[in-house]
Amino acid sequence: MAKVKTYVRPMQGWWRRNPYFVRYMIREASSVFLAIYAVILLVGLFRLTQGQAAWDAWRAALTSPISLIFHWLALATVGYHAYTWWKVAPKTAPDLRLAGRPLPEMVITGGGWLATLGASALIYIIIRWM
Amino acid sequence: MKRSHEPIFWSLFGAGGVLSALVAPILIFITGIIAPIGLWMPGEALAYTRVLGFAQHGVGKLFLLAVISLFLFHAVHRIYHGLHDIGVHAGTGAMVAAYGSAALGTVIAAWLLLAIGF
Repeated sequence: MAKVKTYVRPMQGWWRRNPYFVRYMIREASSVFLAIYAVILLVGLFRLTQGQAAWDAWRAALTSPISLIFHWLALATVGYHAYTWWKVAPKTAPDLRLAGRPLPEMVITGGGWLATLGASALIYIIIRWM
Repeated sequence: MKRSHEPIFWSLFGAGGVLSALVAPILIFITGIIAPIGLWMPGEALAYTRVLGFAQHGVGKLFLLAVISLFLFHAVHRIYHGLHDIGVHAGTGAMVAAYGSAALGTVIAAWLLLAIGF
């Protein structure tokens, strides 16, 4: 049977054609930074079990320029994930109702953003002063 | 009909998505940026005895395990499904590698948290 030559639209770099897809890819890329950050924490936990010298060496490694650049990029992309996570929450969360009526989308999204701000403030206070 | 295991991984993805949306930015900012450069966060805040005490406490153990494990499960789910977007049509092997590495990270974290004592 002859091979049918059908035109296949090239998909190379498809996401660069539209700002909406660029934002989608940035959000998806945040997961790579999140995974690496989780591994950095796991290594830190391992170093903690080895004693004070190992823990201090882990902390010293985090002051290197490459580590700081990584964490700035991680903060930007994972921060964007946090922003979008609550933005889509009205569509992904279970049907939330108050007095029989669905909660307004802005209440769910705004509530999520406030929860992130509140949790962030709480964690900062605990780590710094408690 | 073969039962799908997708609900399990989607639940872990969702739980990791919520937890990371709540606490990941501030954790990255503190442990990776302001504590290392010593701005707005004194060095003693992450001193050995202090963090050790946190990791030996029940609440601290639960927090650390949840953060490491759920961040990993959330991330590998997105990476695995995102492979398609960059033209890699991954099969079962990639799926096992993705969720397997998250499960391995979870087991290692749990083991370290037990080894570190109470």
